[in-house]
Amino acid sequence: MISGTVIVGTGQAGFQTAASLRTEGYQEEITLIGEEPHIPYQRPPLSKSFPLGAQEVESIELRPKRFYQDHQINLLVGERVSAIDRAAKQVKLESGAHYQYDKLVLAVGARNRTLSISGADFDEVLYLRSLNEAVIVKERLNIAQEIAVIGGGFIGLELAAVASTLGKSVTVLEALPRLMSRAVAPVISDFYRELHTSKGVKVVCGASVRKIEGSSGKVRGVLLNDGTRLPAELVLIGVGVTPNIELAQNAGLHTANGIAVNEYLQTDDENIFAIGDCAEHPCEFASARIRLESVQNAADQAQCVAATIAGRRNVYRALPWFWSDQFEVKLQMAGISNGHDCTVSRGNAEGRKVSVFYFKESQLIAIDSINRPLDHMIGRKLIANRIRLTPQQAADESVDLKQMANSSVTSRG
Amino acid sequence: MPKVVYVSPAGDTREIDVPAGMTVMAAALKNGIDGIVAECGGVCMCSTCHVFVDHQFFDRLPSAQDTEEAVLEIAAVERQPTSRLSCQIKVTDDLDGLIVRIPEKQR
Repeated sequence: MISGTVIVGTGQAGFQTAASLRTEGYQEEITLIGEEPHIPYQRPPLSKSFPLGAQEVESIELRPKRFYQDHQINLLVGERVSAIDRAAKQVKLESGAHYQYDKLVLAVGARNRTLSISGADFDEVLYLRSLNEAVIVKERLNIAQEIAVIGGGFIGLELAAVASTLGKSVTVLEALPRLMSRAVAPVISDFYRELHTSKGVKVVCGASVRKIEGSSGKVRGVLLNDGTRLPAELVLIGVGVTPNIELAQNAGLHTANGIAVNEYLQTDDENIFAIGDCAEHPCEFASARIRLESVQNAADQAQCVAATIAGRRNVYRALPWFWSDQFEVKLQMAGISNGHDCTVSRGNAEGRKVSVFYFKESQLIAIDSINRPLDHMIGRKLIANRIRLTPQQAADESVDLKQMANSSVTSRG
Repeated sequence: MPKVVYVSPAGDTREIDVPAGMTVMAAALKNGIDGIVAECGGVCMCSTCHVFVDHQFFDRLPSAQDTEEAVLEIAAVERQPTSRLSCQIKVTDDLDGLIVRIPEKQR
């Protein structure tokens, strides 16, 4: 029986694996299987431009339908993989079909963490991850006037910005003392609190949500543990995700905070890879095993695995980068700032142009930039190539970062 | 409808009718032009839709914004004087016949 590569998951990582395998000259069969009913599409616009009405569904498709035929990619949508039989090298579908593989790529993503508070089951309490969910969010956003967003991370804040732009009255409820606190430094959190507040969004940090209140099947508001009542007809929840590890777990593969993989993105079965949001991988830029949820991580890991499968075994070592669009401001992030022991700013937050440079043991490890795109792009080179840069130089705008990035002296030697 | 001519790294050309308002990147994806990857979806975070614009058209394009200029710094094939991101070029009737060359690699 003909086998080839089976890819489970039609998100950015699954799509890119299939596309890159063909670019790499891979000649065997490629089968790309996804649960969602849609052909692969981009997820980032779902919390940004898509609900604003700026984009049609077709415009967020990663490639038109024809692409899969043209590149001999067997695309199966609306199909759920129920089990992996490692001994037989087969995946089994819920529909009863099974597919043989030489190499299996798990790009199974993550699902939203849900809140188990009272009232979380009202129809007007929504989560956002898939296109189908985005279509509903968009529809309800147009109807509701008062909106509560639970979670002041990227998704919550992007949705808050969209709702506010649509003229809605918006409250953001964040449990921690500041916004996006797991990802960015206080100066960035403060900037975004100020930005949202200036647009009329009410931001409540340290908010502990007791319940979502309603009557006659309709949401009326959110009650906090301190007794505060916030009126809302629609509640949007963005409190993080849980990686989809069950398929791997049930196949006896090692899992932790994600499906565990080595530096080649291989699980403990050498014929099975895991990439994207579901994969816990060693990251040299974090000096730790981490799991990332981003387009960059999905696309670069896919490219790496495609090369390996095509015969060019490849260690994964791409620099992580991220972005977030809120109102007219783009936040660009390079590197992993966890564990930093020093930060300095370049530019100033009042002028709405600022970058924060994060250092750990005198090594630049990450940069977050607001309206300073050159800092971000040059920063990627500085971090990836471990260019020696002191905090003093980073803060000094007369220091030409571009020149430093193009110099060959690195602290790695 | 305005036409856009895509020239592959090997020199092969394809002429595509592109509705005014669509970007050169979007039209490439829609029509299966290889070599335009568009990893970030057109938001100036990656350089994988980099093109070299033919000299006769380059000056007729609105100038690149800071975000685009910055991205061109990290292009996989070093930028040239007429480098642009194809996601930032909106096709107009005035640009009928626009010629863009696709670099050897995008990542």
